[in-house]
Amino acid sequence: MLDLLHYQFMRNALITGSIVAVLSAAVGYFIVARSLTFAAHAIPNIGFAGAAGAVLVGIFPVYGFFAFALAAAVGIGIMGTRAHERDIVVAVLMTFALGLGFLFLSLYSGYAQRVYGILFGSILGISAQNVLITGVAAAIDLVLLLAIYRPLLFCTVDPQAAAARGLPVAMLSVLFLALAALAISLSAQMMGALLVFTLLVGPAATANRLTRRPGITILIAALLGLTYVWVGIGAAALSGRLPVSFMVSALAFVVYLPVRLWARPNRNKKTGPTLNLDITTTGRDAPTEAEECSIL
Amino acid sequence: MLDLIASDLFRNAVAAGTIAAITSALVGYFVVLRAQAFAGEALTDICFAGSAGAALAGFNPLLGMLAFSLTGALGLGLLSNRARGRDVEIGMALSMATGLGVLFLSLYAHHSASHATAGMSLLFGSILSVRPEEIGLMLLCAILVIIVLGLISRPLLFATIDPVAARARGLPTLLLSVSFMLILAVAVAMCVLTIGALLALSLLVAPPAAALRVSRRPNRAIALSVLFGLAVAWGGILASFIGPWKHPPIGFSISSLGAIVYLSAYIVEKRTRSLSMRSSEHPGKEVMDEGR
Repeated sequence: MLDLLHYQFMRNALITGSIVAVLSAAVGYFIVARSLTFAAHAIPNIGFAGAAGAVLVGIFPVYGFFAFALAAAVGIGIMGTRAHERDIVVAVLMTFALGLGFLFLSLYSGYAQRVYGILFGSILGISAQNVLITGVAAAIDLVLLLAIYRPLLFCTVDPQAAAARGLPVAMLSVLFLALAALAISLSAQMMGALLVFTLLVGPAATANRLTRRPGITILIAALLGLTYVWVGIGAAALSGRLPVSFMVSALAFVVYLPVRLWARPNRNKKTGPTLNLDITTTGRDAPTEAEECSIL
Repeated sequence: MLDLIASDLFRNAVAAGTIAAITSALVGYFVVLRAQAFAGEALTDICFAGSAGAALAGFNPLLGMLAFSLTGALGLGLLSNRARGRDVEIGMALSMATGLGVLFLSLYAHHSASHATAGMSLLFGSILSVRPEEIGLMLLCAILVIIVLGLISRPLLFATIDPVAARARGLPTLLLSVSFMLILAVAVAMCVLTIGALLALSLLVAPPAAALRVSRRPNRAIALSVLFGLAVAWGGILASFIGPWKHPPIGFSISSLGAIVYLSAYIVEKRTRSLSMRSSEHPGKEVMDEGR
């Protein structure tokens, strides 16, 4: 089995997959914490239209994917948090984008394989240039995420206190979604638009059940993601038939399910955020939830 | 062009499209009202897995879809009382279903080039290849759905708008949830058959959501929902058959029309709201207008 590593495509796939797994863990943590799972589903589907358009025009699919994914992410960020209305608008736009992508590709002969490639992902098409682009883009994404880590965490845990402290909550929200769009675009090369979600949300959601500390959650999520990706790539390469994206999604689900059913993160002595209705206490007495969660 | 319209292909497409549009408009009205679009999404992915599995195993995709989606609906319905804020769980289950669909479809498409092209119809619809027997099955399912919906629509509406009061009155909310999920599964299966798993949600959600933006009164909204649904389905089929461009795929036409109808209703509603707010004498006027 180790002789698989002799193949260039295997090495490229493993490197890209590892980069993407780590990035997805960091971004995915915030996706779960900020209840953006629907966005994690919609953004890659809209990206599909961009990738399809790129194929039609003759440029790298990942650029088209990112352009559309970024537009979708910024749009979702601007729409804010009126959940119900937003869900319908996003669902309608998402299906329109999927239809548009299908239209673009149907104009292209031999389109079925292209559609499958973008939707299901593949470990075969990853060139050295892809690896380089993925590495550089992921590094930029991680650096930016690290730069906004503390304020973003604060906004996630207690948006009102954050706004009161003067943090640009809305702008951070949009910025984070833009970073997520980049992570999703990089991940979609291998995982495909349909299953990017599992690598993004699965490990983070699982880790979230095991610990409350953000840094440790991200670490566990990264380790889980790396495991899934390596096992997935190995299985895909050995069988020649099993899609990597399926393997990763199956592993993510199979690990998530028991953890979700049985693990309970250690809770503080208080039972979650308490509503302070006592008007005589000033805001400073009770620790805010942000102060309760250790930042690392 | 006219002989294209007179063809069996067109007639089958219109028949299947009409049945799917009416059923999904009626069921979709409740989906939007109950804010269960995400559950609908989950069911489209479950249908995808079912149809791909059936194709791989050599069964009729519609039967595979119904088998999987009814099972999935049972699970979703039993959990639905605690489904608020369960997006992560639903999302993970949805991804597992999609993953299975990806596996089945990959194995199926791997088999031959014709299979690969046929696989497109699972993702984006096969309304043109719907056979008369399938139309018969769809009609049967539609009649069943409409009967069940007719029976439960009032208590369902009550339970949707005021679940606490409904439970206090002794309404079997769990039974209602599960029954609704089951007929949603059937409606979704029909949408997936006509415009594919990836696009099905638009036929289910866009026409009713547009109708609800025009009027919130149940009878009017439901009627408008059916009207919009038929307009979108027929318009989409016509546009694809006689379209000035290179005959865009029907799935694309229908989902685009759905988006156009919904966004138009959205814009019109925002305009009307802002105009009436500017011109009203006192804040209660809008409420009084609604009540008329």
